[in-house]
Amino acid sequence: MRFAFEFLYLLAAVLFIVGLKFLSSPAHARRGNTTAALGMVVATVTLLAGMMLNPEGGPPHNLGLIAAAIAIGAVAGAVAARRVAMTDMPQMVAILNGCGGGSAALISTAEFLHMSQARAGADTMFGCIIGSISFSGSVVAFAKLQGLVSEKAINSPLQKVVNALLFIGLLGLVGMLGFSGGGAPAFYALLGVSLAFGVLMVMPIGGADMPVVISLLNSFTGLAVAATGFVLHNNALIISGTLVGASGTLLTMLMCKAMNRSLANVLFAGFGATTTAGAAGGAAAAAAKNVREVSVDDAAVLLANIQSLIIVPGYGMAVAQAQHSVRELADLLAKKGVDVKYAIHPVAGRMPGHMNVLLAEANVPYDQLFDLDQINPDFERADVALVIGANDVVNPAARSDKASPIYGMPILDADKAQHVIVIKRSMNPGFAGIDNQLYYEPRTSMLFGDAKGAVSKLVEAVKAM
Amino acid sequence: MAEIWVFALAVFVGFEVISKVPVVLHTPLMSGTNAIHGIVMLGGVLVLASAHGPALTTLGFLAVVLGAMNLFGGFVVTDRMLEMFKAKKPRPAAVKKP
Repeated sequence: MRFAFEFLYLLAAVLFIVGLKFLSSPAHARRGNTTAALGMVVATVTLLAGMMLNPEGGPPHNLGLIAAAIAIGAVAGAVAARRVAMTDMPQMVAILNGCGGGSAALISTAEFLHMSQARAGADTMFGCIIGSISFSGSVVAFAKLQGLVSEKAINSPLQKVVNALLFIGLLGLVGMLGFSGGGAPAFYALLGVSLAFGVLMVMPIGGADMPVVISLLNSFTGLAVAATGFVLHNNALIISGTLVGASGTLLTMLMCKAMNRSLANVLFAGFGATTTAGAAGGAAAAAAKNVREVSVDDAAVLLANIQSLIIVPGYGMAVAQAQHSVRELADLLAKKGVDVKYAIHPVAGRMPGHMNVLLAEANVPYDQLFDLDQINPDFERADVALVIGANDVVNPAARSDKASPIYGMPILDADKAQHVIVIKRSMNPGFAGIDNQLYYEPRTSMLFGDAKGAVSKLVEAVKAM
Repeated sequence: MAEIWVFALAVFVGFEVISKVPVVLHTPLMSGTNAIHGIVMLGGVLVLASAHGPALTTLGFLAVVLGAMNLFGGFVVTDRMLEMFKAKKPRPAAVKKP
């Protein structure tokens, strides 16, 4: 009997692995998600059957409560997942991740209390620490992305001191619980310090770096879940938690690579904080520089009479929900014989790959989307580059200005097109708070307005021709 | 000891299995792996099933609720994203990047 259950857990683990494999290839991604969900069904049924048929510590308690808790969580999770707007995906992933981390921390706490011993095992403490950090960190990430807390990076020397003190306190508590035995008060202190640590870890990080942080916290939760697997002696939890921990770490590193930053740089450099001074100076300089403005009608005439157009969409487009209008404009221009392509920066949107999701939602055909390496050689030959709500990803300072905080980040070479039209609300600096030289180039014209309004007016103007 | 083996091998598999992911899929992959650690719900079930007294019962109950939100929310939201990727007219070779 025991063998049969272990075999079923193994089957679940294999389904997770196959699911992950499929998830990382575009052709099978959706099937991958379904496969992993199937693995989850197998694991759940196995666990429940094991509890009923093969009770080790007597018959299970609280079956009604278990059913109720699963029902509440399932309905809340599924309804939120159905309703969330695609633009809000980063905070959705953050909050779901926080739930997982919180759950792992609660399980570790419950197991510690259950044992009622003065000392705690390494696995119990690890689950508690990492789970709590992941929970509070994710909640802060959610609050920042949702705009409940300032998205700006906060960086004060005082905070580094507090972080260091918390870390020393954490080590002290771990030593106490592991060796001399501190009992429940020490464990609660460990919980509290870990929660505070998670808040302070994410608080200083600017909005632009948040996807990397969420991905890192995602792998943290995976490891916390693996730790609860050790605590509860359950291989399914160990395998799935570890899989997520490892693949999440790799994904985090891939994202850092796409932004040309190191993980340490993202976590400790306080990216936005060092640049706010630069941005303020940039804004002052902007007043002195020359900005050319273009009217909707002039822009429409230009767009209708060219051969090739490259659209560079950014998060500003998505916030304004302008992707449908953009597709309408692209379709109209295509009918007039314009060759339309979209240039997608790896970190366009607020998560890597986010822009592809948003444009897919607006039914933009896949074969018009090109990534950085594919499209960059085409800019020189393009008549117009239309930049909609994108900023840092077309900032030439990344290529030339060594003093710029984004120096070295791969960018889209929109400035090499014959003409550049930038649709932008105002001259304010973008997500990362850095001024953009592109706006002052002689070939650049600014079309001021919110993305949706401006693009809709362009559509009308082109239709009227 | 066997658990350490399981852990070590899972680390390798986790690294290997997603070694090459196109940027297009980073968001769904993050959300998909996020759903997989929703299995923590089962840990909550184990705790709740052996819980005595109000403190442990409350902790277990909350752990299952949070775990279930992670699990169901994660899979549903990932599916929603990937569904849109698929809804297009038959996609040409553009997607099958190496």
